[in-house]
Amino acid sequence: MSQEKESQTSGTPVPGVYALLAEYHDPDSLIAAAKKVRDKGYQRWDCYSPFPVHGIDPAMGIKRTRLPWITLCLGLTGTTTAFTVQWWTNAVDYKWTVSGKPLWSFAANVPIGFELSVLFAAITTFLSMLLLNGLPRLSSPLDHVKRFLRASDDKFFIVIESADPKFDEKATRTLLDETHADAVEAVPTDDHLSSDRIPSGIIYTILIAIAVSLIPFGLFASARNSLTTNPPYNIVSNMDYQAKYKAQRKNDFFKSSDSRAMRMPVEGTVAVGDLRDDAHFYEGKDASGAFARTFPSAFTVDDAAIARGQERFGIYCTPCHGQTGDGDGMVHRHAFALQEGTWVKPTNIADPKIADKSVGELFNTISNGIRNMPGYARQVPPADRWAIILYVRALQKSQAEFVASATEPTK
Amino acid sequence: MANTVDLRDWQEPPRGENTYQKITDAVTRVVERTRPPKAWYIAFGISLVWLSILLCCIGYLFWMGIGIWGNNNPVAWGWPIVNFVFWVGIGHAGTLISAVLYLFRQNWRTAINRAAEAMTIFAVICAVMFPGIHVGRPWLPYWMLPIPNQMDMWPQFRSPLAWDIFAVSTYFTVSLMFWFMGLIPDLASVRDRATSKTRRFLYGFFSLGWRGSARHWHRYEKAYQILAALSTPLVLSVHSVVSFDFATSQLPGWHTTIFPPYFVAGAIFSGFAMVVTLLVPAREFFGLKTLVKVEHIELMNKVILATGTLVGYAYGMEFFIAWYSGSQYEGFAFINRAFGPYAWAYWTMISCNVISPQLYWFKKIRTNMVLSVIIGVFVNVGMWFERFVITCSSLNRDFLPSSWGYFTPTPFDFLTFMGSFGLFFTMFLLFCRYLPQVAASEVKGVHAAQHHAAH
Repeated sequence: MSQEKESQTSGTPVPGVYALLAEYHDPDSLIAAAKKVRDKGYQRWDCYSPFPVHGIDPAMGIKRTRLPWITLCLGLTGTTTAFTVQWWTNAVDYKWTVSGKPLWSFAANVPIGFELSVLFAAITTFLSMLLLNGLPRLSSPLDHVKRFLRASDDKFFIVIESADPKFDEKATRTLLDETHADAVEAVPTDDHLSSDRIPSGIIYTILIAIAVSLIPFGLFASARNSLTTNPPYNIVSNMDYQAKYKAQRKNDFFKSSDSRAMRMPVEGTVAVGDLRDDAHFYEGKDASGAFARTFPSAFTVDDAAIARGQERFGIYCTPCHGQTGDGDGMVHRHAFALQEGTWVKPTNIADPKIADKSVGELFNTISNGIRNMPGYARQVPPADRWAIILYVRALQKSQAEFVASATEPTK
Repeated sequence: MANTVDLRDWQEPPRGENTYQKITDAVTRVVERTRPPKAWYIAFGISLVWLSILLCCIGYLFWMGIGIWGNNNPVAWGWPIVNFVFWVGIGHAGTLISAVLYLFRQNWRTAINRAAEAMTIFAVICAVMFPGIHVGRPWLPYWMLPIPNQMDMWPQFRSPLAWDIFAVSTYFTVSLMFWFMGLIPDLASVRDRATSKTRRFLYGFFSLGWRGSARHWHRYEKAYQILAALSTPLVLSVHSVVSFDFATSQLPGWHTTIFPPYFVAGAIFSGFAMVVTLLVPAREFFGLKTLVKVEHIELMNKVILATGTLVGYAYGMEFFIAWYSGSQYEGFAFINRAFGPYAWAYWTMISCNVISPQLYWFKKIRTNMVLSVIIGVFVNVGMWFERFVITCSSLNRDFLPSSWGYFTPTPFDFLTFMGSFGLFFTMFLLFCRYLPQVAASEVKGVHAAQHHAAH
């Protein structure tokens, strides 16, 4: 029963009578009547209506349900479960680094934390509503009162059980009559009634369904601990064995060579864009194999190229060589400050020794590196290397001019 | 008595001594009649045919593999994910109507919430099916759940796809419970009016012995409130998480922070359009015009106008951010979206989603039932294209031009998608036939409150 607290105090039920029932035709008369019954001190009684009647709770003296607190507790259990499962599985039991991210972080686990809180809270709410209400309760003596069937349609009822300690068939009936009930009726107990049997068709359907659903389990059980020499069934063989070759598989078509599914490219194969047959442009060498003394024809020398060279120089060269190329870059200053023993000061690119070198040799140095300096071929595309050289030439020229003009005798 | 009910014309007003009984009659007579209207049989027949086609397609898919679809290497997601997002979005209106409008005390929702919630559940079933059959090894989707196993492997919980599993399954479970809980008092009404033993038993069983006790109503109402309060953030989270599937990737056109609100607005937009499309014929055929009134449809059309405008704003904002971000990839993705190979899909989407709902500024159009259905269908076509445009136009242009490709659907893509409508409508038509389509107990409660206020 739903009235869990009240049920301890019950009087002697009148034999054969389950309750007295009073019918009303609108919510207002139900509320008025409920107040009278409440004031008489009845405990095992209830109101029935086709929809929730507002104002009935105080009229009957119903206390607030503790349902929200149950929901809150189980909802928080859901949150805890979600975070514990995610932390334990991903950060403890099976550590798996993705893109160098931490194994455990709060933000990435919030969505599932939220969803599981809602899931736990919602299931709890629904089940607690049923449990606290004592549902499901498929049969009740009230079902045999024809009048009461309209409790789910358009009528309102008060039912006082004969098990109530204050119940007295005459006095209770008088009380209900005084509440302007449309009708008052005794509800017989349902011990002798058997009309609520489940229809036989439904019983047979359920039994057959249960029997059929046991067949697979029977098959599993019979196959347990048995030996077989048959290969496993491939129910979807198309998906298990796909008509394609994978890298490390055998391929009989190439029996004459190595029978591998993966093939080496034909000798002399060059990937698109990797041909590089212009030695002047890609290696800085002329037809004879010596370092070229001119810029390659594939590279256009103009103002835009110098500007590009200046920008690239700023990115790749200044850290060591400095803004003017004198070898006083940040890396050098830092190494100097730390008094690194093996550190050699980067070359001053305006040094006449460097200025005298051919552009082809400079290209080779930038591409492959020299002494401490690493090669930049992987980071700087050939055209940009030529642009940097063009800018380096401009730096050398401007600084040579400056030195020349400064040492000129004054007029 | 069953026969006397049967002979009544569908358009006849409901019978009863008082308003409460008329409401009960209007709702339950649909369940009680031995023969539904002819239109129901025709619609149900067509739905069953498409459902069978769907089952055949799935069988063939499991046999042959994903290659029967048009999914290809840059566009690996293809229609299955488009259809997934489309159906999940449809579902959201149901929860919005039942939960959010409940919390805002919008009493008009009682006319439409039951059907909208049913629509939610059936749409989510259609949605869940698509990733389920798209995984390639359809006998292994349980790997997505954290089930202890001999391989000691767990799902990667930092992946939005894992979030999606939890979001959608939670959403389905909670929606189902919310819907079932609302049904309990109405199933009890059908039980108490039943004339056959089987109907009395079945409806009695599923109404769990509900008798309308005031003590039960007290807890029921509290539980209903709590479920509404839980469903409201849930519905927002579900489509946000669906949008994370896209937004947490680094693909131009997907990697944007506007996605969660934009997806949620789109979901509500398409869902309301679907409710209108379904309810206008249902109220016509099942004689529910006294309960589902023109003003209810008009209110839904206003929501469509509002959310449609929001969606239009999001489309504009995407372009603005693509330009304002200065990212050349982002810029290219959007120029490609509007003028690239999928321009036809993009402009279909714009005309259906941005232009067509603007007609609802006019009251005459809002209250016209035929136009409401037509615009509802247009909106749903547009919203399907929105997901198609997002999925395919971002995927078909890879970062590497050598990997560019074009997605062309195969007949199996079409048949599977159409088949999902067969599944949806089969379930929806069975619902219309065997379950109370309108929350009668709530309508009665609203009527009583208005009656009381009038005194």
